[in-house]
Amino acid sequence: MDWSSILNQSASSIISTTTIAYALAAVGLGVHFGQAGLLNMGVAGFMAVGAYGYAISILTFGFPWWLAALTALFASVVFALILGIPTLRLRGDYLAIVTIAAAEVLRLLLLTVAFDDVTGSADGLFGFSGSFDESNPLPEGDYGFGPWQFNETTLWPVIVGAVLLTLSVLLVWALMRSPWGRVLRGIREDEDAVRALGKNVFAYKMQALVLGGVIIAAGGIVYTLGSNASPGVYVTSLTFFVYTIVLLGGAATIFGPVLGSIIFWVLQYFLSNLMPALVDAGVLPFMTANQAGMVRFILVGVGLMLLVVFMPQGIMGNKKEMTFVK
Amino acid sequence: MSSDALAPRAKSTGLHQGEAAPGCAKVDPILVADGVRRTFGGMTAVDVEHVEIPRGAITALIGPNGAGKTTFFNLLTGFDTPDAGSWSFEGRSLAGVSAYKVARRGLVRTFQLTKALGLLTVLENMKLGATGQRGERFFTSLVPGIWRAQDQAIEERAHELLARFKLDTKAADYAASLSGGQRKLLEMARALMSEPTLVMLDEPMAGVNPALTQSLLDHILGLKDQGMTVLFVEHDMHMVRHIADWVIVMAEGKIVAEGDPTSVMADPAVIDAYLGAHQDVDLGVVTGRVTGTPEQQAQAEAERLRLEAEARDEVEQEENR
Repeated sequence: MDWSSILNQSASSIISTTTIAYALAAVGLGVHFGQAGLLNMGVAGFMAVGAYGYAISILTFGFPWWLAALTALFASVVFALILGIPTLRLRGDYLAIVTIAAAEVLRLLLLTVAFDDVTGSADGLFGFSGSFDESNPLPEGDYGFGPWQFNETTLWPVIVGAVLLTLSVLLVWALMRSPWGRVLRGIREDEDAVRALGKNVFAYKMQALVLGGVIIAAGGIVYTLGSNASPGVYVTSLTFFVYTIVLLGGAATIFGPVLGSIIFWVLQYFLSNLMPALVDAGVLPFMTANQAGMVRFILVGVGLMLLVVFMPQGIMGNKKEMTFVK
Repeated sequence: MSSDALAPRAKSTGLHQGEAAPGCAKVDPILVADGVRRTFGGMTAVDVEHVEIPRGAITALIGPNGAGKTTFFNLLTGFDTPDAGSWSFEGRSLAGVSAYKVARRGLVRTFQLTKALGLLTVLENMKLGATGQRGERFFTSLVPGIWRAQDQAIEERAHELLARFKLDTKAADYAASLSGGQRKLLEMARALMSEPTLVMLDEPMAGVNPALTQSLLDHILGLKDQGMTVLFVEHDMHMVRHIADWVIVMAEGKIVAEGDPTSVMADPAVIDAYLGAHQDVDLGVVTGRVTGTPEQQAQAEAERLRLEAEARDEVEQEENR
């Protein structure tokens, strides 16, 4: 087994657009689920709105990439409002049902051939990175050290993504330390009590849904920056990956989702390289290399269950909180 | 705890005009409800023709379980919507006003099942109670300069209140770590952070041990001393007699009696409905839903029991043969 290659691959995933995109989605979900207690099961839908909003704006409307990104973020605001207006007055579970359904509806709309000229149906959208690449200020050449090797085209989306992630984390941090964040956490604990204290609970939940939705959509944009948008990515399992990340890092923390994303992807790369290597080395004679590669998804599911049962506060969460879980 | 609480306090008197009867007019009502009705399917939970809550006094709302007291609370505070009726607070109508706006007008409530915000600290719970916070708006919250001074003032007030309620040592702890009685105290203190004019307490004594009861009583009396009006639901008759200036009795959704504590507790209708002198009598007779006097009902019940016993005897005799 080539341990150095396996470890190298795993380490390289610490800095990648995928990790950053998932971290953004997790920060957004952290606002929904960790701070406001909104059970948003439509993370994939919000990411799809970001990704396709960005791609369609460029391909169909001919926008420059930054305007396309703003359009995509605006689309996610509209998506959040559509989901929130009918459901946020109801009990929390209803939001979960509506968001998971809305995400599926959206994915099927993207998949149908009826809108093939706009969405590209099953093929998805590609070849829209021209404007983004042109904006690249980096001179040609190789960058990085150790396992982190980039050239100017692969580094540019990472930089943009990292800037977006930093801004999002700062924004969430500034909001959560303020009285606004206090009201939101109060709503998570018991919205009737907060209502009885004269706070407009519906407005706060809507603001949180929009804020988190925009950050999740930013994750979708980063995921497609300089690559392509494919409907096969925005499936329900994506939502559960992001939930795993959020719970791993700590749902009610600011930086936890970022840490969770890094750990999640390092583990994913590690397992996807290790398992086939183990088969090749004859350690796992009962499966093929292909099967072994898929085992990591089973392990994600098992990991999510173990997390929820034994460490629901996450890595960065306050252990004291768990003393009082109802 | 304090000696003056043991000595009976002077009650507020002269609250009503005319005879003390259900729906009687008050000299200075703070809350007036007219024809408020709420049905759940075929069941009428609340059907209040007219009631006025006197200002600056402590009013107790008593009645058996299922009398509609909590539902009436929910209706008044905007947590539930009645099928019909109008009600006003300080002369302004509250019909159709959402719960948070009701609270902003100065009508603050607590809940029968205490709602301490568990994973917020006690201090955060308190600060949440303050109204008109600049930092609670989305965009202004991003600029600490706008809200920091106000937040510090709120924190000071919260510490003062916590000290008054003897929770100051718990300020940094999660509210979830408090005992049941302490949560009741916290909920009341939190409600006071909004500087209300009318405090509505839903069973403030439920599940509170006797030692804490006395201090809770003192706090409620303290609210009145500070010029607030208190309306509370309670089952503990001793407490009602001790602190209430006025008592309103509900049964089967209706108001069946009103008056000062001593006279209400001597009222046969109240004894029937609540204290249970005629345990066998249908409550409907007391509220007038079913015809017949309590005495007739009692006689009918006795007759029924006698007939049942006779029938049993006959069966036994048959079996013996």
